[in-house]
Amino acid sequence: MTSLLVPLADAEPGNQALTISLFTAVVAITLYITWWASRQNKTTADYYAGGRNFSGSQNGLAVAGDYMSAASFLGISGQIALYGYDGFLYSIGFLVAWLVALLLVAELLRNSGRFTMADQLAFRMRQRPVRTAAATSTIVVSIFYLLAQMVGAGTLVGLLLGVTGDTLKAGVIVLVGALMIIYVTIGGMRGTTWVQIVKAVLLMSGTLVITFLVLLKFHFNPSELLGAAAEKSGKGEAFLQPGLLYGKDLVGQIDFLSLGLALVLGTAGLPHILIRFYTVPDSRAARRSVQWAIGLIGAFYLMTLALGFGAAALLDTGKDSAVAASKGNTASVLLAEVVGGGSGSIGGAILLALIAAVAFATILAVVAGLTLTSASSFAHDLYVNVIAKGKVTEKEEIRVARFAAIGIGAISIGLAIPAQKLNIAFLVALAFAVAASANLPALLYNLFWKRFNTSGAVWSIYGGLISAVVLVIFSPVVSGSPTSMITDADFSWFPLSNPGIVSIPLGFLLGVVGTYLGRDKSSANRYNELSVRALTGAGAEVASKH
Amino acid sequence: MHLFAFRPKGAVQMSEEVVHDREARAYEAVHEARDFQELKRRYKNFVVPWTIAFMTWYLLYVACCNWARDFMSHQVIGHINVALIFGLLQFVSTFMIAALYGRFANRRLDPLASGLNAKYKRERRR
Repeated sequence: MTSLLVPLADAEPGNQALTISLFTAVVAITLYITWWASRQNKTTADYYAGGRNFSGSQNGLAVAGDYMSAASFLGISGQIALYGYDGFLYSIGFLVAWLVALLLVAELLRNSGRFTMADQLAFRMRQRPVRTAAATSTIVVSIFYLLAQMVGAGTLVGLLLGVTGDTLKAGVIVLVGALMIIYVTIGGMRGTTWVQIVKAVLLMSGTLVITFLVLLKFHFNPSELLGAAAEKSGKGEAFLQPGLLYGKDLVGQIDFLSLGLALVLGTAGLPHILIRFYTVPDSRAARRSVQWAIGLIGAFYLMTLALGFGAAALLDTGKDSAVAASKGNTASVLLAEVVGGGSGSIGGAILLALIAAVAFATILAVVAGLTLTSASSFAHDLYVNVIAKGKVTEKEEIRVARFAAIGIGAISIGLAIPAQKLNIAFLVALAFAVAASANLPALLYNLFWKRFNTSGAVWSIYGGLISAVVLVIFSPVVSGSPTSMITDADFSWFPLSNPGIVSIPLGFLLGVVGTYLGRDKSSANRYNELSVRALTGAGAEVASKH
Repeated sequence: MHLFAFRPKGAVQMSEEVVHDREARAYEAVHEARDFQELKRRYKNFVVPWTIAFMTWYLLYVACCNWARDFMSHQVIGHINVALIFGLLQFVSTFMIAALYGRFANRRLDPLASGLNAKYKRERRR
């Protein structure tokens, strides 16, 4: 652990002061936004959906800000820096996935739902079982994702600020957790959205600057950049070809296919992405949001190619290097320093601090989105519609959502601190696998299959959720390998690290089995109504007027 | 609207049912309209083939990364190989399909949808 902290902890005190002041600026700006947004939060539509008043381009930026986590900013470029081409594979799945959201989900969900993923199912199903199932999977997916982000934040911010020691890193986790609780309880969806918009703008511009400087060094000739990266990596042309990280044997190849499936099908089932479509006035704006998001996210992943290969070409990425010790996470930040003029130069110091602050803003925006999602689902689905059976005023509902945000924030801080020492990077892929296996089948069947009913929805959600989680528990990522979460026991029997190839078809299959076993046909009655509403927007929720 | 909509406490039960019946009738009327069947047909005829196409295209890419490494390693221009071009083509196809769908929806779906939406509002008032 200590070796991991060497590079930036050794940085000159001036650098650290600059980094800290930029971090403080990020915190100050986001807190100001939150305070400003809070003054407009009156109704549940304000709190959960930002009054549905965001434009397509604003929401597109927010979607991109919600989606591009620190894992994709620092992680993907770091993986490219270390493993070359294979580091790029994640981003392709992450991008193509948006077509599923665009063509099949975003607009129809906007027209037929209200605040949460469950609203859309509850439209024609029995409220309580369906809401309980959908809320369970929403909260599980969000907490998995949140934990991975928070543990990452502890290490990362520690690294960026040069903070050493577990206590200080725990302090960072508490700080990040406290900030996200403040954004969500006070700012609601409106505050969270603006935090995400600011973050997306910072991230895109920061990445653009570094990409430009990297390409400048290689005379804007991609082939020259790739050649330099291949040579410096010591792996030659193999560095530019698939195979250094994934698919070394047949099991690895099937595992990679399984990962690819989860990535491409998971996005359109991620609850924190789905609820973003409720923040716009109509389905046309939802469509434009996704188009904007595709443009931004695609451009961003293209730039990470330049960042990753640039880091491979310009930094030391050998076995004992700082980049390798941080599993690639410091690659972008150190690259910023190098292209800014190198260690000790003013340009280098400024760019390093700037990119570190961008990474910090990235973490904050993503964790806030996840906390809001699980708090909304807890309050709107579980508390209001299952526990209190709808007899709750709007004011009470918002209060419950705020307390839920505090509770979920506290739980994730409490889980993230002890999890710091564990390798839990797999949780992001698991969140995608659960979203694809549990949420996507239910959403698609509900929209496109008249006969689908309550028990089908419940079967596919719980079936997909449980199978994905159980398979991962008995996989090598949890036990039985040197890089497992638990290294001193071995109870693994499922050979793949990614459950998607089994759990996704199973989720879809169980939806059919459950539907026919349930025999209940009453859900078909309102299908015509749902499809009219989903396709035309007739009777859909409208934007609130301020 | 119905089921989920917030209403001030004390709204009379009876009128709520009347509203609900009207809405259900209006939805049914729109559902039976020829334009709606046409809208549904156009939507499905676009999304089904394109979804199959981009999924196949993506899975082909994943399969090539796994099982066609010689092909992927082939250098095309300088250090730029088939793998990189194939990956970048996934970006191109995603941007293209997103733009195509947007154009299609603006021209072929939105006019029908807004007409039906207006019909729904008329029917609800009857």
